Amino acid sequence: MNMNINNSTNNVTSPAPTGEGKEGVRKVLLLGSGALKIGEAGEFDYSGSQALKALKEEGIETILINPNIATVQTSEGVADKIYFLPVTPFFVEKVIQKERPQGILLAFGGQTALNCGVALYEQKILEKYNVQVLGTPVQAIIDTEDRELFVKKLDEIDVKTIKSQACETIEEARAAAKELGYPVIIRAAYALGGLGSGFCDTEEELNKLAEKAFSFSPQVLVEKSLKGWKEIEYEVVRDRFDNCITVCNMENFDPLGIHTGESIVIAPSQTLTNSEYHKLRALAIKIIRHIGIVGECNVQYAFDPESEDYRVIEVNARLSRSSALASKATGYPLAFVAAKLGLGYGLFDLKNSVTKKTSAFFEPALDYVVCKIPRWDLGKFRGVDRELGSSMKSVGEVMAIGRTFEEAIQKGLRMIGQGLHGFVGNKELTIEDIDGSLKAPTDKRILVVEKALQLGYTIDQIHDLTKIDKWFLQKLMNILKTNIELQKRGSLENVDAELMRLAKVQGFTDFQIARAIGLEQQIDAEDALMQVRKVRKAMGIVPVVKQIDTLAAEYPAQTNYLYVTYSGVANDIEYENDKKSIIVLGSGAYRIGSSVEFDWCGVQALNTIRKEGYRSVMINYNPETVSTDYDMCDRLYFDELTFERVMDIIELENPHGVIVSTGGQIPNNLAMRLNGENVPILGTTPESIDNCEDRDKFSAMCDRIGVDQPAWAALTSMDDINEFIQRVGFPVLVRPSYVLSGAAMNVCSNQDELERFLKLAANVSKKHPVVVSSFIEHAKEVEMDAVAKDGEIIAYAISEHIEFAGVHSGDATIQFPPQKLYVETMRRIKKISRQIAKELNISGPFNIQYLAKDNDIKVIECNLRASRSFPFVSKVLKINLIELATRIMLGLPVEKPHKNLFDVEYVGIKASQFSFNRLQKADPVLGVDMASTGEVGCIGDDTASALLCSMLSVGQRIPEKNILLSTGTGKQKAEMLDAARMLKAHGYNLFATGGTSKYLTDNGIENTLVYWPSEEGMQPQALDMLHRKEIDMVVNVPKDLTVGELDNGYKIRRAAIDLNIPLITNPRLASAFINAFCNKSLDDIEIKAWQEF
Amino acid sequence: MRKVTLVLDDGTKFHGESFGYEKPVAGEVVFNTAMMGYPESLTDPSYAGQMMVLTYPLVGNYGVPAFSVEPNGIATFMESDKIHAEAIIVSNYSTEYSHWNAKESLADWLKREQVPGITGIDTRQLTKVLREHGVMMGKILFDDEPDNIPTAQYEGVNYIDKVSCKEVIRYNEGAGKKVVLVDCGVKNNIIRCLIKRGVEVIRVPWNYDFNNLEFDGLFLANGPGDPDTAGEAVENIRKFLANPNVRPCMGICMGNQLLSKAAGAKIYKLKYGHRSHNQPVRQVGTNRCFITSQNHGYAVDNDTIPADWEPLFINMNDGSNEGIRHKKNPWFSAQFHPEAASGPVDTEFMFDDFVKLL
Repeated sequence: MNMNINNSTNNVTSPAPTGEGKEGVRKVLLLGSGALKIGEAGEFDYSGSQALKALKEEGIETILINPNIATVQTSEGVADKIYFLPVTPFFVEKVIQKERPQGILLAFGGQTALNCGVALYEQKILEKYNVQVLGTPVQAIIDTEDRELFVKKLDEIDVKTIKSQACETIEEARAAAKELGYPVIIRAAYALGGLGSGFCDTEEELNKLAEKAFSFSPQVLVEKSLKGWKEIEYEVVRDRFDNCITVCNMENFDPLGIHTGESIVIAPSQTLTNSEYHKLRALAIKIIRHIGIVGECNVQYAFDPESEDYRVIEVNARLSRSSALASKATGYPLAFVAAKLGLGYGLFDLKNSVTKKTSAFFEPALDYVVCKIPRWDLGKFRGVDRELGSSMKSVGEVMAIGRTFEEAIQKGLRMIGQGLHGFVGNKELTIEDIDGSLKAPTDKRILVVEKALQLGYTIDQIHDLTKIDKWFLQKLMNILKTNIELQKRGSLENVDAELMRLAKVQGFTDFQIARAIGLEQQIDAEDALMQVRKVRKAMGIVPVVKQIDTLAAEYPAQTNYLYVTYSGVANDIEYENDKKSIIVLGSGAYRIGSSVEFDWCGVQALNTIRKEGYRSVMINYNPETVSTDYDMCDRLYFDELTFERVMDIIELENPHGVIVSTGGQIPNNLAMRLNGENVPILGTTPESIDNCEDRDKFSAMCDRIGVDQPAWAALTSMDDINEFIQRVGFPVLVRPSYVLSGAAMNVCSNQDELERFLKLAANVSKKHPVVVSSFIEHAKEVEMDAVAKDGEIIAYAISEHIEFAGVHSGDATIQFPPQKLYVETMRRIKKISRQIAKELNISGPFNIQYLAKDNDIKVIECNLRASRSFPFVSKVLKINLIELATRIMLGLPVEKPHKNLFDVEYVGIKASQFSFNRLQKADPVLGVDMASTGEVGCIGDDTASALLCSMLSVGQRIPEKNILLSTGTGKQKAEMLDAARMLKAHGYNLFATGGTSKYLTDNGIENTLVYWPSEEGMQPQALDMLHRKEIDMVVNVPKDLTVGELDNGYKIRRAAIDLNIPLITNPRLASAFINAFCNKSLDDIEIKAWQEF
Repeated sequence: MRKVTLVLDDGTKFHGESFGYEKPVAGEVVFNTAMMGYPESLTDPSYAGQMMVLTYPLVGNYGVPAFSVEPNGIATFMESDKIHAEAIIVSNYSTEYSHWNAKESLADWLKREQVPGITGIDTRQLTKVLREHGVMMGKILFDDEPDNIPTAQYEGVNYIDKVSCKEVIRYNEGAGKKVVLVDCGVKNNIIRCLIKRGVEVIRVPWNYDFNNLEFDGLFLANGPGDPDTAGEAVENIRKFLANPNVRPCMGICMGNQLLSKAAGAKIYKLKYGHRSHNQPVRQVGTNRCFITSQNHGYAVDNDTIPADWEPLFINMNDGSNEGIRHKKNPWFSAQFHPEAASGPVDTEFMFDDFVKLL
């Protein structure tokens, strides 16, 4: 017969037999994404870990390069060999040279890995060592990354992209606008800061604007305006046999113009018809085929809300934040499948890993709605621009699952951990200009929408101002209406079962209900919510547990991936009630101060629980994590870490115990309340946790056992503050309990600064005391991470900050084992730690921070939980402190490890990653409040090697020749003197601003004087040199730690960030780094895997 | 909203609220896991006699487009001239909708067409019951009218006869090659897909003997219910297959089953049908796989396919038959819906293949 069932691409002719392509590849190198930063965060730990799992299953030897020591993927047993090295062509080539892998995976380490891979390809390094790129070919990656190639490529298949037309005359501009269709955007080419750009709805407007634009620039770009269009994404998978699926689509709540990483995102799309959904789906498949992706990619569309017109915004030829979200939203393990496809499998060879029976070639059917909400930490940055736009600023995200949109979004708003109780029931917000705030969204956007609805704005009005689809606004209105109804009832007795159920179905917490009916004003908030809970349960209104099974219950699935909802009548799982469950509380949204390190801790706890024969249960809601991979535990509740939800789950699981000490502060804060409900908390008792967390109780204990603390007091009036300072002297650390704006903590060096800061940031009152403590300058900061059993320390790690105290421990550069600490200091720290462990009867992980000046030791902080540095010290010491702690918490016997830090014959250095380049206008300076978004940890045979690797991993570069120095106060200048001398000796040219220049000259160090921006008319200007890229590195040490006005130093620092010039602001770190690169060449760094140390 | 109870034949009850037309109703309860496309599904004649449970909880979001009709007599957006499903059962009906193309809400449309709709049902739990038990008859009762109990029968009823056109309709007359379309309950998009490819469509009633007509190819459409009730159609197809003038033939869904029956294969009822947009099929003997839209409760028994025929597609989840083809002659069919509407459009190329053969 002549019939030929042919598909539209017509390019699948007799595919090669399955198995080919898999042969010959026995050793594969995977590139990680390095430190967490804005735009590239924990999602790549998840995708890399999945890929490594997929390779391991095939018996392939895996090599991983990733300096991010806090990740799960860099843990024992995930990859065969791990290199804590920068993901740069230089180091990757060295590893390739040593390891000689046959294949390399570039798609699992974000933009970092992709860029590095493209560079390796272009430099023909892959060719030289005969390394095969598995999965999507590099040319396809280049086609999607290069804007011009991308547009050309999609033009070939008549797929529309966003194009701008360059015009030289006003006639050309008119013609272009006509062709594109109004509205259009006009931009003046080559003009910085958006000068001369704007929107035109008509030709008249265009005439005006174009004229203005031509006055700025000889060329004007005309682009179709897609303002207010919907933003839709598809996650697409293709195998080498040309089989394609779209795993998930997602719709942005916020319209085009707000980066998808900044937008609330809903999966699946809610406002698309069948025809629209499948039009975009078919296009996505057409695109992926034409580009030739093998594995996974993401297609982003702008979609007209008034027709079926569309534009492709971009294609990401790699795993992405969205793909991690799609994996969690659907249960389809995109990274795992993409890795297998890279090895040459067809989708039909693979099984659906949820059902284990059905095929991986399918598209998940969801029977719930998923809502992703970004988490911002803009409050931590001075001067930062808060308006949301086309670049990403959020540091983390959460994913909420519900069976109504109302439920999902209310859960999500609570999950971001910024004090919200949901969409309603929050602290009253004062917004000066509602219209303006709706039009120009900030991180507070959703609250502004709530406020507007409350004030009686209609949905149409809000839609006109925000362009948020009316459907979403209507759903938000539903929540508000229910809240108003509850308020009307005024008391718990008046709330009938129907209203109670409606509120719960719409995601109200018991607390929100208590607040709405006014109960919270009559009695204590915690009692109020317990009362609502009791009445509600008596009404028979309880949540049910549902599975995420990828097939909407069509086939039976043994999945352990769960969420909790009030839209249901039955649980999907049957509980054993065998007291074998151990619940580990996760760490929630990544934020500044709590990120992947706690995910590592949680995963280690889960692993240990499983190994010991218990049922491991995780509660967490962060889609960027490995702990929320349903493979990692026996049961995963992708749900809230509120007291209410945790209690719901505890009541169902009836666990042997709950672990609160591996997930950072969120679970730690729940300990006392869970204890109040007689929940068995494993490890250190909640009473001890309270004795440690409560400042007064802790101080009393320190006094009792004779442990020294910096003087402190909680004060409620300015007079008290002054009196205290008279006693201890400046500088002081000031910590307001109620923050009005900006920085939450600051060091004040004199009366002037103190008053300015308190006026600016805090409201001192009886209700809101300010904690003032004496700030000790030029002291070393030392960390003790340890594990104890019944008050006896079993294992410990002491590490030392390179910077002096004053830089937040999360921002500091930390060396372990300590390199420059007195033996006496170490001995005293050990002794004090032992006393504290005993006094608090610690069983489990804990961390104490010390100040050491000479041999005088003071305790600054103590946490009876795992700390940020646990993965770092565990991996450097090669003793898994969390495994040990978990065994202790399970009551299993443990032995003291045979080695300790004194046996370590190498150095680990943890350096911090900052994301100032993403945070426009923020002052890139370090202080007592944490600012870093991630970290790396590198190991070396000597301090120089380890420091170089870690500094290069966080974006520093070794300067070529010109260095700009402004080294702060006299003392700081002195600290930098040796380093400056060394730079000179190594042939560097030094440029220095006034004081520094004079100081260097006085000390016989040749330098060129350059001028501050305020020294107008003087030449050379430091800023000009930066702009001309004449400077390779900037060392700019702020004079003091106070809030700087927009001053000279700020301008230099900000310019360095904006122009991508390495910047160091701490004299001790700068000296250490300069020392390292002057004394050690990169070529002399020995390339060693973790296992080889 | 009035309170309602869905009572299944095994006694299981689900409580919810009415948002559509307020009348008790009975029918076969089937679930569909598609996440969108309720206007298309409701007007799909294959749902005649059935109450459609949507597992995706949020329904009604984008309203309903205008029920306008094109000059050729085919509805612009809908799959037939009316809602065929007996009722729609959802978890969270969206009373407000938002879409540029919407003319009315789903509730208003249901009321206009006198079709009940209920919301507030745990459709996941309901689906699990149906999955374990198999499809069941069910009733929607209004709690304030406990004695108003409807009855219905599904099995053995000739739904094809109920939904098929009653006389011959021609589309695109004189356009070119002539295709006879046997209407067992055809979806409009099948007609659109054929017209779009420049052929004349002669739509005939399900039991019409088309063998006497002059035509270049035969198209067997989808339809509701049990293929065993369509004996006359099978006879006519047999005659066509036996005709020495061999002409191309393509079947979809019910068309696949009727073609198979005419060829000599047997049909069985699935425990619960395939009703979704995500059914994976593989073309037998190749590495080519497709995501398909499906809506059927019966399947062709692979083991009974006669020697000169062979399976063309297999369902990758449960191994059931998804289409057959003749080893020599240009006769083939798909159990799934290449015309989609609603669902993925990946297999629309089958229409190209068919038209090329004419």
